[in-house]
Amino acid sequence: MKIDIILSGVGGQGILSIATIIGEAVLSEGLQMKQSEVHGMSQRGGDVQSNLRISDKAIYSDLIPQGQCDLILSLEPMEALRYLPYLKKDGWLVTSSVPFVNIPSYPEAEALQAALDAVPNKVVLDVEAIAKDCGSARSANMVLLGAATPFLHLSYESIEEGIRAIFARKGQDIVDKNIAALRAGKAVAEQR
Amino acid sequence: MKALLLLGDEAIAQAALDAGLSGVYAYPGTPSTEITEYIQHSPYSKQENIQCRWATNEKTAMEAAMGMSFAGKRSLVCMKHVGVNVAADPLMNSSISGIVGGLVFVAADDPSMHSSQNEQDSRFYGNFAMIPILEPSNQQEAYDMVYAGFELSERIGYPVMLRITTRLAHSRAGVVRKAQLPQNELHFSEDPKQFVLLPVNARQRYKQLLAAQNDMQASSMNSDFNPYYDAADKSKGIIACGIAYNYLMENFPQGCPWPVLKIGQYPLPEARIRQMLKECKELIVIEEGAPVVENAIKGLCYEEGKIQGRCSGLLPRDGELNPDIVAEAFGLDHQSAYARPQVVMPRPPALCQGCGHRDMYEALTEVVRSLGDEARVFGDIGCYTLGYLPPFRVLNSALDMGASITMAKGAADAGLKYPVAVIGDSTFTHSGMTSLLDAVNANAPITVIISDNETTGMTGGQDSAGTGKIEAICLGLGVDPAHLKVLVPLKKNHEEMVNIIRQEINYPGLSVIIPRRECIQTAARRKKMQAKENQA
Repeated sequence: MKIDIILSGVGGQGILSIATIIGEAVLSEGLQMKQSEVHGMSQRGGDVQSNLRISDKAIYSDLIPQGQCDLILSLEPMEALRYLPYLKKDGWLVTSSVPFVNIPSYPEAEALQAALDAVPNKVVLDVEAIAKDCGSARSANMVLLGAATPFLHLSYESIEEGIRAIFARKGQDIVDKNIAALRAGKAVAEQR
Repeated sequence: MKALLLLGDEAIAQAALDAGLSGVYAYPGTPSTEITEYIQHSPYSKQENIQCRWATNEKTAMEAAMGMSFAGKRSLVCMKHVGVNVAADPLMNSSISGIVGGLVFVAADDPSMHSSQNEQDSRFYGNFAMIPILEPSNQQEAYDMVYAGFELSERIGYPVMLRITTRLAHSRAGVVRKAQLPQNELHFSEDPKQFVLLPVNARQRYKQLLAAQNDMQASSMNSDFNPYYDAADKSKGIIACGIAYNYLMENFPQGCPWPVLKIGQYPLPEARIRQMLKECKELIVIEEGAPVVENAIKGLCYEEGKIQGRCSGLLPRDGELNPDIVAEAFGLDHQSAYARPQVVMPRPPALCQGCGHRDMYEALTEVVRSLGDEARVFGDIGCYTLGYLPPFRVLNSALDMGASITMAKGAADAGLKYPVAVIGDSTFTHSGMTSLLDAVNANAPITVIISDNETTGMTGGQDSAGTGKIEAICLGLGVDPAHLKVLVPLKKNHEEMVNIIRQEINYPGLSVIIPRRECIQTAARRKKMQAKENQA
C-alpha cells in the first residue's frame, strides 16, 4: 500500500489541520508516513503546499516525484491546478470550487473552469457552502477531507477517530460539528 | 516505545532533552525556529529548569552556550544558515578552546531560499572550524545524531555541528525515543588555560585541534552514520550525503545497482573513499547545497570526468534537490502526465491585512514618492521586507540583519540626500543597535524607522528582546530626544504619520521614528488565550 498526496491552498486556509488528522489515522493503522510542510515567509498569503506520503514500506524522499501523486487535495481551485505536473495519469483531484482572490492577475472564472474541466478525475465542491449548510461554517477543511476519504485507502472510521483525537480537548460540540462536515463532504464525493 | 510523529526540528529538540540538555540558545530563523519552541513548550523543560529563553542574536546565543559548556553542562545552539555568519566569531574560536560540557551546534540551511537571502552551505563552516559535522537523512536519524552528538562532543572535546536543511526541518515522520539521561553536574576544565585564548595559549590549543583531526577521522571511518552498501557493478560508485540519499533511493526502490556510500558524519571517511576511487570507474556525488564533498574528493584524486556531481554539471549547481533532478542525472524517465495550466498565476506572500507595517508603508510610500530620485529606502530582514513587492514597491535593499541603518549611513556619506532605513524591533536589537551608534556618532542625515510590532513576526511570533525598551535604547545610544518620534500605525493616523515622516526626512540630521502596534497575529493569539483563561 502506497499513497502520495499533495495538499494545497493559500497560506492561512488551514491545509495543515487536514494533514494532522490524516497523520493521526495513518499512525493508528500502523503505516509509515512522511509529511513535508511550508513554514516561514513563504506562508504569508502566498501559495502553500504539503507533500504527504503514506506507505506500508520504508519511504525515502520527503518530496513526491513528478507524475507520481495519487491525490491532489486543495482548498483553492487555482492552487489545485498548480500541482498538476505531479498528478498520476489516473490520479484524482479533489478541490474547493471557491476562488481565493488576493492577486490582481487571478484568472477569469471561465478560463479557470476550462482548466478544471480538462482534468478527467475530479471532485469539485463548494466546501464553504456545504459546511454552512450542516451548521459548521468553520469546518470547510473537514468537508474537503470528507470528499477525499474514498481515495485515501484508509478506513473511514480511522479518519473519524483522528478527528475525535485531535479535537477532543476543544469539547464534544466541536468534535460533532467537524464529523458532520466530514460526512457531508464524503456524501458529495460518493454521489459523483 | 510508540513512535512520535515529529518535525525534523522537533526530533532534534526531543533528542537534546533526552540526552540531558541543560540549555538551548537560539535566535529565531526559518527553518530552525521550531527546535527552541518545542523545548520551550515541553513540560519536561519547566520541570527540569532547562534554559530556553530566546537570545538577542546568534552570536550571543553561541557565547552563552559556551559559558554553559565551560561549566560542564550540555547545551544546544540553533540557528539558520545566515545566522552562522553572525555566530562565526565564537564558533571559530570554540574549536580552538574546545568544550567541557557537550555542545551541539545546529545549522539549518535553506537550499532554494524558501525563506532566506542566500543558500550558503554550513558544511563550509564546520570544515573551516575543523569540527565533526553530522548530517541526517531523516527525522529518526536527526534524533539519533543529536543524542550521539553530545556524547561525541564530550569524547573528543569539541563542539559538533548538526547540519540540516529546510526539507528535513519541516517534514514530519515517526521517531522512536531513547532512554532519558540526567543532566551533567557542574564541573570545570582541569586546564586553566583552555578558555583563555591569549596567543600563547591559542597556539597550543590549535596544535591540539590539528592533532585531534586523527580522532575525528577515525570516528568517521567507524561511524554507523557512514554506511557502505557494496554492489557488483562498479561502473559507477555513488556518494550520497544526508537527505540526498533519499532522492537516490526513491529512484531505485529495489536497491541501487552500484555501490553506495551514505555520508552522515564528517570529516569524510577518506580510506573508504580512496577504496571506491580505486574500484569504481566514476564517482557520482549527490549532496544538498554546495559541491563541498565533490570538490573535497577531487582533492583526493583528480582525474578529468571521474568525479561527477553539482560542480561537473551532472546535477544543478544551485537550488534544492528533489527526486526528479536525481532521476534525470541517472537518465531515468520522470515524465508528467499533465502540464501546469497557463491560468495558474504566481501567488507571492504578502503582509497580513490589518498589519501595522502596512500603515507605516502607506505613509512612507507617499512621502518617498513625492521626493523623487533623491530618496532611497534601505530595508532589512523581516515581514516588512515585503515592502519591496506591490502594492508598495518602496524598498531598495535588504542585505542582512541590521544593514538597513548602516547602508543608509554609507549612502548618506556618499551624498544621497534622503536615505531612509526601515528595520523591525527584533532585527534592531539583533544587529541594528551598533549600526545606530555609528549613525549617531556621525550625526548622519538619515531617518531610521523602527517598525515595532513587539514580536519576532516572520518566524511566527517569538518574544522580541527589545520589547518595551526601544526608546530607552535609542536615547542611550545618543539619539536626540527632539528627533525620536513614536507613532501608532493606523489608517486614522495616516495624515499625522505622513507629516512626521516628511518632517524628519527633511531634518538634516539623524531621526528615529518608531511606529508601534502589536503584530495582529500575536494579538489574536493573546486574546484567544486570555478568553480561555477567563473561562477557566
